[in-house]
Amino acid sequence: MKRSVIGTIILLIIVSFVIPFTLTAQAAQEAAGERHAFVFKNTGNPYGEKQMEGFENGIEEQGFEAILRAPDLPTAEAQIKIIEQLIAQNVDSICVTANDYDALEPVAKNAMQAGIKMFSADSALNPASRMTHVNQADSEMIGRTLIQAAYDMVDGAGQIAILSATSQASNQNLWIEWMKEELKDPKYDDIELVRIAYGDDLRDKSVAETEALLRTFPDLECIIAPTTVGIAAAGLVISDKDLQGEVFVTGLGLPSEMAEYIHNGACPYMFLWNPIDVGYLAAYTATALSSEEITGAAGETFSAGRLGEYEIVDAGDEGTEILLGPPFKFDIDNIDEWKTVY
Amino acid sequence: MTERTIRTERPWSWKRFFFQWEWLLVIIFILIHVVNSTLSPYYLNINTFIRTPQSFLDKAFIVLPMTFVILLGNIDVSVGSTVALSSVIMAVAYNAGLPMPLAIVLCLAVSTACGLFNGILMVKYKELSAAIITISTMTIYRGFAYVILEDQASGGFPEWFSFLGWGNIAGFPVMLIVFTVCAFLFWILLHKTTFGRSLYGMGNSMNACRYSGIRTDRVILIVSLLTGLMAGFTALFLTSRMGSTRPNVAQGYELEVIAMVVLGGVSTSGGKGRIIGPILAVFIVGFLSYGLGLVNISAQVLLIIIGALLIVSVTVLNVRIRKRKKKIPA
Amino acid sequence: MQNKQMQSKLKSLFSSTENFRELGLFFFIVLISLIIQMRNQTFLTLSNINTLLINGSILSILAVGMMMVLLTRGIDLSIGSTIAFSGMVSALTVSAYPSIHPLVSLLEGTLIGLGIGLIIGILVSRFNVLPIIASLGMMNVVRGMTFVVSGGRWVSAYQMSDGFKKIATGTFLGVNNLIVIAVVIYIAFYYFINHTRTGRQIYAVGSNPDAAEISGIPKKRIICLVYVLMGALAGLAGVLWVARYASAQGDTAVGYELNVIAATVLGGISLSGGSGKVSGLALGAILFAILNNALPLINVSPFWQQAIQGLVILTAVVVNVIVKRRNEYTALVRRNI
Repeated sequence: MKRSVIGTIILLIIVSFVIPFTLTAQAAQEAAGERHAFVFKNTGNPYGEKQMEGFENGIEEQGFEAILRAPDLPTAEAQIKIIEQLIAQNVDSICVTANDYDALEPVAKNAMQAGIKMFSADSALNPASRMTHVNQADSEMIGRTLIQAAYDMVDGAGQIAILSATSQASNQNLWIEWMKEELKDPKYDDIELVRIAYGDDLRDKSVAETEALLRTFPDLECIIAPTTVGIAAAGLVISDKDLQGEVFVTGLGLPSEMAEYIHNGACPYMFLWNPIDVGYLAAYTATALSSEEITGAAGETFSAGRLGEYEIVDAGDEGTEILLGPPFKFDIDNIDEWKTVY
Repeated sequence: MTERTIRTERPWSWKRFFFQWEWLLVIIFILIHVVNSTLSPYYLNINTFIRTPQSFLDKAFIVLPMTFVILLGNIDVSVGSTVALSSVIMAVAYNAGLPMPLAIVLCLAVSTACGLFNGILMVKYKELSAAIITISTMTIYRGFAYVILEDQASGGFPEWFSFLGWGNIAGFPVMLIVFTVCAFLFWILLHKTTFGRSLYGMGNSMNACRYSGIRTDRVILIVSLLTGLMAGFTALFLTSRMGSTRPNVAQGYELEVIAMVVLGGVSTSGGKGRIIGPILAVFIVGFLSYGLGLVNISAQVLLIIIGALLIVSVTVLNVRIRKRKKKIPA
Repeated sequence: MQNKQMQSKLKSLFSSTENFRELGLFFFIVLISLIIQMRNQTFLTLSNINTLLINGSILSILAVGMMMVLLTRGIDLSIGSTIAFSGMVSALTVSAYPSIHPLVSLLEGTLIGLGIGLIIGILVSRFNVLPIIASLGMMNVVRGMTFVVSGGRWVSAYQMSDGFKKIATGTFLGVNNLIVIAVVIYIAFYYFINHTRTGRQIYAVGSNPDAAEISGIPKKRIICLVYVLMGALAGLAGVLWVARYASAQGDTAVGYELNVIAATVLGGISLSGGSGKVSGLALGAILFAILNNALPLINVSPFWQQAIQGLVILTAVVVNVIVKRRNEYTALVRRNI
């Protein structure tokens, strides 16, 4: 009796181990040549999936192997673990979309000591832990462009509000700083920024925050949401309440998420860079770093496949960065060709 | 308690010695190493065994007192938030000019206070289950961490502080050494003292223990205090590894810790289990996810594997207990 | 004459322990509403109350299921994942076959949730796995499966048929569908738990499992049933969620189970099983919805919101205990006299 029980236990456990392993056994096959890793913030984010896709394409078209990783929760702790595993595998380069500006510094330094080229893309590491940074767009340009868009939508005068992601999000906070900077221009004297709300990138909370904004400020004319969940939530609320034409939404959003609201007029236009290109540029940065064509110092140039030549420039934080280009504007004329892409 | 005593006094036999949950864990542990090293050429080297533990040991400090909590039949889901709050307060205090050693003491003091507060609520309002108390304090502690640090991260600790999470003494990581010492102390506390015996007793029947003169309130308070203190250790090592902290650190730690304790064969209805099980479970889960990480398995598949492992092991454990109960005539 | 009658009626209302709780909660809601109204005039407008109820309806539907689970001394942590999974699967189905009738989507989601609930129910009732552990394990497994079926993609508004989105935006006799669904569920549940044999058996199992079993109540079946119902409601809520927010993503409703448990506990459902009323539950869910709606309205710093919510919950449960103790004490005193 007892023996049969123990037998089943062991069998069950072996089965539960072996199944996933056989599934991934192929992935474990070693490929010759360079291996480049990309670590995104978390899984299940289509924006991240597209970056990884671009990175994979860029690496594979050069004949190397790409390793794509992401933790299940967007935390720095989880990214530290993944980077340690990558160091143990002795990859050639690691590109991180950092969940925390400073917290990856110790592990990043370890990686660099082990001879691995360490850099960041999209969301930066601090200068001490990166060789360079692939910046999707200039923060200053994003902040200023969004305020100009709002100015355009409210015809030069009116109340505007910002709906951000979490209060911790460093990208968003930087963009908001630049928005405030742009607002200091006397041109915007008639524009009033009434509140910065945080939807935590959660659907329910973003919707509730948008509703509270509309209710507290009945004269509100424009909501700027520099985050994909927030802008879609704001678009949803405006469409539900049939406020198209009275309140406008703009910001940074995924074309697939925003197609509906661009068509119904809730959002006249919005911006985003192409995440596939971010990943693709990161891929060429990775190979250029590992072949020591570049070292990450300002002034160096390299070629990034179909995207052309890029130059490394000084970033605002004493590190260096590579700018992908200006953000892309999505409006009713081009949204349909992009909504199925990402 | 009595049932337990009788059982331990049964004559020692080879068969019973080897047919124990802990031995099964040992087998799984070995199996994982075998599978991992066949899967990845990077697995089998000395670094894996000496260095890797410091990437998952931070939570392990809470596993020790959580074993006590679960032995009592209670549960504590506020530990993750306690880690966040104490870590945030330490960082803020240090940046406000407090010397680092004092900031470390403050960190431990805050976490102990958090644990003690849980304990006081539990003792004072016995009608409330530990789950609801710690669910609310979980929100409160995390909430205060947000109030204190708002949208900032805080760090800039002195160089020597990172030694805790990254440094070695005689080739062994500091974290592994400290954990071994803590684990040993908890082992003594649980298996060699009357305090430990009373934990088993209270897990089996709280009332019987109260009537037989055990100061149950005091035991609950001590366990809560230990939980807080060890959460403080986790906060120290985690912060040291990251070099900076923010209010959302250690999110979801409580559930991972509870899962490890249960995987270690401690029954959640209280009174059954040994400390060695959860310790083994820490290393099993740690090396398993490390090994799967080396073959770059995706996080969602890992999520499924860990969840399935938890369910399967507990189900098997329960079937075993039931079978055994049937064998012993009532 | 009438006045006197009223007085004695009120007196009896107050003297009964259980009513006191619900009345207390009711007055607390009135009080907090007045305070918020003073800070922001738009709070007690018809349209805001409508919004508040729409946003609170999904939570209150889930609270019904959670109440049954808690009544049997259990807990279900997997519902956040179940919402995500059933929402994701039904959204994927709708985007593949846009002509599907919305009712089919609702049924699909409910059945998926029911299946997940059944697994937990079997683990808990047949294998004696502790509810917190069984649901914790399923939470991981189901969440992982959500990512796997979606391949990391989201399903967006333009991929959903208008009929599907109408589930959440449409109205029935001028009232939003979500509110209607929630009210129907509450009425059905009120009847079920108070006036059917199975409903009363749930209470019996919760207040004394051993006694219930000895007196011939099919304990295992009842316990399994509450998880199945919880799962089915979570599956239904998943479809509603996705229709409401017009987007399905892998990390939908992460951690939502704790909100539901908190609302249920606010409503006076004891985690130690066996006690709690539907009226209390409804008030608890409304109070929680008010907190979520009002904190942004009165411009509480976003950094304070979590701490305030925690403090309110802790205060509510502690006050509950103190009131209960005082009532028991007075009851004892009265008996002595």
